[in-house]
Amino acid sequence: MRYPSFLQRTADRADVQPVRVLTFSINGVTVSAREDETILTVARQNGISIPTLCHLDGLSERGACRLCIVEIKGSPKLSPACVTLPRQDMEIITHSDRVMDYRRKILELLFTERNHVCSVCVSNGHCDLQALTVELGMTHVHYDYLHPQQMVDASHERFSVDHNRCVLCQRCVRVCDEIEGAHTWDVMGRGHLAKVITDLNEPWGESTTCTGCGKCVQVCPTGALSEKGKSVAEMTKKRLFLPYLKLMRGEEER
Amino acid sequence: MEAKEAERVKVDEDRRWRLVNRTMRLHGHQPDALIETLHAVQESFGFLDLDSLKYVADSLHLPLSLVYGVATFYHFFTLKPPGEHTCVICLGTACYIAGSTNMLKAVEKEVGIKPGETTSDGKLSLLTARCMGSCGLAPAVVFDGAIHGKMSSTAVLQNIRRLLNHDD
Amino acid sequence: MTIEELQEIGKIEKEKQDGFKHRIHVCVAAGCLSCQSGQVKEALEKEVSRRGQESWTSVKGVGCLGLCTAGPMVAIEPDGILYQGVSVSDASDILEALGGPAVSRLDCSAHMPFFTKQKKIVLENCGKIDPESIEDYIAEGGYEGLYNALRIMTPTGVIEQISKGGLRGRGGAGFPTGLKWTAVSKTKSNIKFVVCNADEGDPGAFMDRSVLESDPHRVLEGMAIAGFAVGANYGFIYVRAEYPLAVKRVRTAIARAERLGVLGRNIFNTTFNFDITVRLGAGAFVCGEETALIASIEGRRGSPRPRPPFPSELGLWGYPTLINNVETFANVPPIIRKGGDWFAATGTDKSKGTKVFALAGRVNNTGLIEAPMGTKLREIVFDIGGGILEGRKFKAVQTGGPSGGCIPEQFLDMSMDYESLAKVGSIMGSGGLIVMDETSCMVDVAKFFIEFCMSESCGKCVPCRVGTVQIYNVLKRITEGKGKPTDIGLLEELCDLVKNTSLCGLGQTAPNPVLSTLNYFMDEYRAHIDDKVCPAGTCHFNHTEESQ
Repeated sequence: MRYPSFLQRTADRADVQPVRVLTFSINGVTVSAREDETILTVARQNGISIPTLCHLDGLSERGACRLCIVEIKGSPKLSPACVTLPRQDMEIITHSDRVMDYRRKILELLFTERNHVCSVCVSNGHCDLQALTVELGMTHVHYDYLHPQQMVDASHERFSVDHNRCVLCQRCVRVCDEIEGAHTWDVMGRGHLAKVITDLNEPWGESTTCTGCGKCVQVCPTGALSEKGKSVAEMTKKRLFLPYLKLMRGEEER
Repeated sequence: MEAKEAERVKVDEDRRWRLVNRTMRLHGHQPDALIETLHAVQESFGFLDLDSLKYVADSLHLPLSLVYGVATFYHFFTLKPPGEHTCVICLGTACYIAGSTNMLKAVEKEVGIKPGETTSDGKLSLLTARCMGSCGLAPAVVFDGAIHGKMSSTAVLQNIRRLLNHDD
Repeated sequence: MTIEELQEIGKIEKEKQDGFKHRIHVCVAAGCLSCQSGQVKEALEKEVSRRGQESWTSVKGVGCLGLCTAGPMVAIEPDGILYQGVSVSDASDILEALGGPAVSRLDCSAHMPFFTKQKKIVLENCGKIDPESIEDYIAEGGYEGLYNALRIMTPTGVIEQISKGGLRGRGGAGFPTGLKWTAVSKTKSNIKFVVCNADEGDPGAFMDRSVLESDPHRVLEGMAIAGFAVGANYGFIYVRAEYPLAVKRVRTAIARAERLGVLGRNIFNTTFNFDITVRLGAGAFVCGEETALIASIEGRRGSPRPRPPFPSELGLWGYPTLINNVETFANVPPIIRKGGDWFAATGTDKSKGTKVFALAGRVNNTGLIEAPMGTKLREIVFDIGGGILEGRKFKAVQTGGPSGGCIPEQFLDMSMDYESLAKVGSIMGSGGLIVMDETSCMVDVAKFFIEFCMSESCGKCVPCRVGTVQIYNVLKRITEGKGKPTDIGLLEELCDLVKNTSLCGLGQTAPNPVLSTLNYFMDEYRAHIDDKVCPAGTCHFNHTEESQ
């Protein structure tokens, strides 16, 4: 049987129309935006901060961490702001008690999943996960810790990965695939047994595809990926390169 | 490069690779052939070893980690060689209600392995399944690919002893 | 091919069959095959030729006869005699009794409520036709619906009939099929796909398997009609690899249909082309979710993505894609053949037609049944199902698998339709019906389902990945007699969180079995926690290796 190659993906779409501008409201304030901009983008443009974890400017969206969920009037379902597109006259509420409560609980779940002990972490003080606890006012965890046995892989010459700190946001997977083009990282297994891997679950240092660019380390929100030689609280991450790289990539394609 | 070529020749010679290569060719070596190809590999070799994963990734031009991620996502695929005989105990709802956990416990006790493991002599692999659609015959057990319905702990143990003592 | 040629094939087949004075039908669906029905068929064939009566007695393998618990099943036509539990040694007795009274020790009354209370639309050919023979299917009016659609009707006309019939998705949620088809047909694209979801991952359900094993052409015809209606030329059937027989029969059916020209290019001399490919699932429940299924067909990890955009806009490889369940497609050919009004005459106000259920658990008659929508649950359990095993007491029915709930005794007289089931905190689901009696512990059942969801979670979104583990741990300690009084509140909180914040249907419905048992069987939870007693006697508290 012949079916089209997936590479032709968008070429045959006949319904491409010019972009429209919509008017809707966020937290009662009327805003306008292009119909192809996500709620998250529009909210940030208007100075409303919605907490995110798996989202990172310059990478594709996953809608997976569920921290950016918002309420939309008239819909019983909560929508992730990072992937939801606005509609005309939509009424969005970003910080209701209900979503704030859910966000805190989801964050608590993340803390129970693996081992996030800030005081001994290289990223202490520079960690997205830690910053979220402050932003959401999470003071303690009232679920049981799961204490899984996780590995540390320090086989790479310059970097190391500590799976105890991983939140499976897949920023490393995406930056390696979408920006660096190496696709050294991916996820193995599923559910709570999922784990990020390099190549065929081989030690990072033996990877045949890793270019050693270190982008994965810079985008990692926690201390899971870090540079070697950094001690507690010394690992700061530089992410400004991403939007520039993305921009340049876009211009090249054009 | 030469080593790669030599490997390819060796691979072509092996009859078992023919099915695998045929599957990939049928799908035009497109990325979406991955799962079908992994099925073919498992059918030919009984499991997916790292070398075959590398070969498949190379042939379909897919990243190694992606292939490994897909192979471990789906529980039908196994990366460990199976034992000579397999015993799959169904833990679907109907079988569970009919007491398949007791059978599982009896088997675990008999052969001393947990589900997903193979006995040290490589004779028997014990597996569990999530419903094989034989709920009308619950509890169901599959021995070497053949479904046996309405099993009991004693019947399962009998079958296992028969399997293990059959060859020598 | 023309309609005359099609009818000619059917006529010849019919005459050929009517030429036999006695027709012996042996069930060769997976359930009976595992009770050696293959050997029974062989023995019967041998016996027929030994007696030299090949000219007036035929032996034919047919699809599921329904009563899987009594396999192997053999039916004698046209006398309407049904035998159960047939073994190889019974062959000569069966042949001896042809034309006379039935062999009494094997007789299974075809007049028992199990058979008379059913109404068959989807399963009308199951147990009648040889699943590997396309001629047999055509003799029963097969592919006439496709002909009518292609040569007489317009795509909009086809969708109109489906909408008029009120057909709703049989995969679980019950979304109106007509609306779904309209959405795909309205999306402009010169390439579209039709996908048949046969990844029946729900433990305790085997309707799709039986339909594919017993009557595969019906599904192919339904898909081709759908393809014509929405403007798609490519179809995929995504079947579980755990169903090797179904896969084999579907592949055979596709090959036969292509050879005959009812699939492929220029079907019935029109410009319509339709190809169907089989894709194997690989053991992931989450791939029943539309977007995960798409990812899997594309050869990737079966992780769902947020919707919208829906597959009707952005599906396989970015093209508009129609995804329906096996049973939904199986309903299509009769609707097109007999009209939407005919279909709408069966069922309730909002749920039309019939529903196939896989009846299993602690009932006497387990197997595959089909009943009109709105049939009382009591009729299904006690009339069709023949009551509870060993005369025990009915406790609950679990519907909808891991996404559904447990329905207690007080709702036995409820009508089985989408709305009523949702009202009592369950769902129709794909149609698994597991009956439980007093020996089933409801806390243990809740633990069983949440463990299933925990290991089937794809791990993409946090609430489902971690939340299900947390719920499982709480239930595990309750069933081990280590529950704390605060655990009930904790369970409710976690369930609420997972239900409302998960990404896909798996996570959003995973807490349902826990919530419904909390709702109806709180006393059992209390007994476990406060008194350290399991009323059903399933959970053992003395710190042994219990509860995996």
